[in-house]
Amino acid sequence: MASIDSATSSAGFSSRSLEASSPRYTEKAIVAFLAACGLLSVVVTSAIVVSLLIPTIDFFSQVSLEAFFLDTTWAPRQATGRFGVWPIVAGTLNVVFWALLVAIPVGLASAIYLSEYASPRARKVIKPVLEVLAGIPTVAIGLFAFLAMRPAAEVLLPFLDWSSLWSVGVAGVAVGLMTVPLIASISDDAMRAVPASLREGGFGLGANKLKVSLRIVFPAAVSGIVASIVLAGSRAVGETMVVLIAAGRTPALTFDPTKSVQTMTAYIAGTATGDIPTGTLDYNTIFAVGTLLFAATLALNLVAIRLVRRFREVYE
Amino acid sequence: MAGDPIMPATGRTRLASAGARRATESALHNASSRDHLTSVIFLALLLLGLSVALFSLAALLTWSLIEGAPRLGLELLTNGPSTVRPEEAGFRTAILGSLLVVGGVVAIIVPVGVGAAIYLEEYADKERWWNRLIELNIQNLAGVPSIVFGILGLAFIVRGPLSLGFVAAAGSLTLALLVLPTVIIAAREALRAVPASIREGSLALGATRWQTIRRQTLPAALPGVLTGVILAVARATGEAAPLLLVGAVTFVTFDPSFLEGAYSTLPVQIFNYSNRPQEEFRVLAMAGVIVMLGLVLLMNSFAVWLRNRFERSW
Repeated sequence: MASIDSATSSAGFSSRSLEASSPRYTEKAIVAFLAACGLLSVVVTSAIVVSLLIPTIDFFSQVSLEAFFLDTTWAPRQATGRFGVWPIVAGTLNVVFWALLVAIPVGLASAIYLSEYASPRARKVIKPVLEVLAGIPTVAIGLFAFLAMRPAAEVLLPFLDWSSLWSVGVAGVAVGLMTVPLIASISDDAMRAVPASLREGGFGLGANKLKVSLRIVFPAAVSGIVASIVLAGSRAVGETMVVLIAAGRTPALTFDPTKSVQTMTAYIAGTATGDIPTGTLDYNTIFAVGTLLFAATLALNLVAIRLVRRFREVYE
Repeated sequence: MAGDPIMPATGRTRLASAGARRATESALHNASSRDHLTSVIFLALLLLGLSVALFSLAALLTWSLIEGAPRLGLELLTNGPSTVRPEEAGFRTAILGSLLVVGGVVAIIVPVGVGAAIYLEEYADKERWWNRLIELNIQNLAGVPSIVFGILGLAFIVRGPLSLGFVAAAGSLTLALLVLPTVIIAAREALRAVPASIREGSLALGATRWQTIRRQTLPAALPGVLTGVILAVARATGEAAPLLLVGAVTFVTFDPSFLEGAYSTLPVQIFNYSNRPQEEFRVLAMAGVIVMLGLVLLMNSFAVWLRNRFERSW
């Protein structure tokens, strides 16, 4: 009754305040907490950068930039340590090469099939199955590569020299299979974002499905497709367990797919497992390699994010 | 009335229509006889690519089952690890360690991940540079290699500012940071799918913003949010690389605890068993792979089912 009285007595409704009846401190506290959660991601990135950079600066005060980037021997744990980073960079590139050689054709074929040819029912089955492949733990994929794929490769390609137990080619192919779902799902999204009117225009002019897929949909979705490939490359650069198990730990400048190599990630994971004392050169070397790895994947990810944004802007 | 269909066909129009028909036939017919073959080959190639992916998945699953089957049994779960007696060794402490670590991950990612998603979707002004920075940052973090999170864990959580030491809590925190972007991105998508009219209706009835989120938006987005959380947990369960850096050690003979003492997890234990030369340890490792795959695939398929079951278009 009191509120109605005050409302009617104060000359209509116009003077009634729109202000909240209480300061709502709980509401404000909740917003502050939520904003803090959002901010945490920035804190994490800053922490990554800081935690990588401080030991890296330490590292370069002990090892010159030339010794890191111009030498071609990587033997950091020996008394006369050599820190030429190229062998492990080459190891990583080797893995990425074989991975993409498998992942691009397989992933794109799956994507074109899913987006242009598959019936809705087939899509509903195949997409989750590909997601299952994406969810297999990398340790399991590494063991599969090392214990099943390498012996199989020896049987299938007997003319190659399989004297090494570890093989960068097999590891790369396994990493490639792992990244197929990534390429398939992002490229599929990009191709499905192409408006149906473009396809209908193509059909109306007498083009068949092959031509519509390859000459209209594919070019229209190319930024998303390239983004998916860049992301797969970034994933292959950062993959650790598969290469640690199947590609071995021998730093080598080789392009022979049957030989063992060490990648940047395998070096970090293989060296940091022991309890290495902080501040030693061994400890700092891990961080120097980590900085290189982080910079490489960061650059690839930024390119991919920009490309994905482009196809979203055009069609959505 | 130039285009009158009932107009009787004069010599000229008859000639024109015959010519048009001839042209159309030559354009469509001749081409299609050759193009038909290329189309079939193209479709065959697409199906070949897809079947490579599906076949390798099937091969991996059946091979793991065959290789690990000899050691599959209850003692695999209840026996502790051993370096000398592979035929009796099991994954007891590793499974307990995984439960501790993943439990910690859930406790962190649910409030923080959902909180960040709510902030970005419901409160943040997208015109402000700091909100765009947070968004770009999260997209980027999703692509940072897991081993780099291991380095962060080693430098910031095990040592440095937090100095927790090589304990399960450090593993939890490291993995939580690793999977947080996944949760945030999934939760944001779920929140974005809730139509504005539901929020507006609630606000118009006098609910505050937080009341609207808690009673309307969040419940409507719950299946999507939950899917993201489960997928993230599945990933954390199978992740090994960052844990190698934050102290998950080979052989933990005592049941681990969260805040003190050594710990190991299932994937790390599998990796360590597989490193040993004897054949029995390989079989043991593969039996562990079956357990791990079972857990992870169960979570993944539950997440997919949840998404398909509760997916609704507004």
